[in-house]
Amino acid sequence: MGGTVVIEYLLKHYDDLLIALWEHIQLLALTLFFSLLIAGALTVASIYMPKLGEILIQIFSVLYSVPSIALFAILIPVTGLGRTTAVIVLTAYNQYLLLRNFISGLFGVDPAVTEAASGLGMSKMQVLLKIRIPLAKKALFTGIQLAAVSTIGIGTIASMIHAGGLGTILFDGLRTLNVYKIVAGSVLSAGLALLVDGIFKCLEKKQ
Amino acid sequence: MEVWMKIQMYFQNNLSEYLVCVREHLVISLLSFLVAACIGIPFGYLCVTNKKTEKYVMGFFQILRIIPSLAILILLIPVMGVGVKPAMTALVILAIPPVLMNTAAGFSEVPEFMIETAAGLGMTGKQIFWKVRFPQALPMILAGMKTALVEIIASAAIAAKIGAGGLGGIIMTGLSLNRTDLLLIGGISVALMSLAAGLLFYQAEKIILKYKYV
Repeated sequence: MGGTVVIEYLLKHYDDLLIALWEHIQLLALTLFFSLLIAGALTVASIYMPKLGEILIQIFSVLYSVPSIALFAILIPVTGLGRTTAVIVLTAYNQYLLLRNFISGLFGVDPAVTEAASGLGMSKMQVLLKIRIPLAKKALFTGIQLAAVSTIGIGTIASMIHAGGLGTILFDGLRTLNVYKIVAGSVLSAGLALLVDGIFKCLEKKQ
Repeated sequence: MEVWMKIQMYFQNNLSEYLVCVREHLVISLLSFLVAACIGIPFGYLCVTNKKTEKYVMGFFQILRIIPSLAILILLIPVMGVGVKPAMTALVILAIPPVLMNTAAGFSEVPEFMIETAAGLGMTGKQIFWKVRFPQALPMILAGMKTALVEIIASAAIAAKIGAGGLGGIIMTGLSLNRTDLLLIGGISVALMSLAAGLLFYQAEKIILKYKYV
């Protein structure tokens, strides 16, 4: 019986749910874009200065252990409510997941291969692009996958600071104690996370 | 600077309230942590000894890890209502996967030759477990417990939304009243608490795993 009512609810309010889902996907896309941009630049920098990579990972690991709601609260006085703050916090969290996987993947490549490459006269950049990245593809991919899933999860909490997304449905359901809304929001956010995770797994298998 | 004054004012007038929040947060976090460890470690070991359970249990918790924590937290309300009990249940559910998975990984990574050597030396099954397998798996188990505790402290702040109390409540009030001082007090307190938990584990690891740092 409960199931049919949930479906009825979904059919009746599918527009609200779709808007929330779309906002969530936008938040994910924006965050991933900026995260990859920054993490990519930092990774390239730490190829030239290995010490920098270690220090960055240390700093971001401390930041990563700060609860998201605390970071949101601390940033609100600076950047205000809304999507900007959410994207900043989510991007900062992703740096740890991305950098850790990127750097350990790129530096984990067999030294015999990279030395042979530089012995052939390749520059550091060439070694990175032609040797390290293709060989470390799996680790790079895992990093992006973890970042995407974690962004979806923390993104639901971001609706608390008016960043929109599926969290809005969850919190509205909580406020009005509307069970169907709660179930719909949970199913959608869990479904989105599982779907994105699945897509990444499929892409990984193809390569 | 005005915010700074307000924060001082808050501590002058509401110190006892603040301390109650800190205590609530600590109690609910530690209790959930203990329950999660008591469930996660034995089941993690079970996964290693019994391959059949491993497939199901690991698969289940792998999926549970992907699902957003907020969804789990709020989904429990229709089932259990609002209050400390559902909040703690949610925190325990969230904290089991890191403990369980790390325990399983720790036990399965004990080198086979060590166990064989121990058996060859005439150790009984019990001795092999306590003197070889468990100490070998301990670093991984501790790492899992650390992740779990940090995650619990973070999620407990959100659990304030479903009536768990604690420091999250201060942040929620700050959000709804648009009061920067409360946001900063709550946010910084939770951040410090989770950093302290990480540091505490780091120190504990140093003491427990002395041999690694000699």
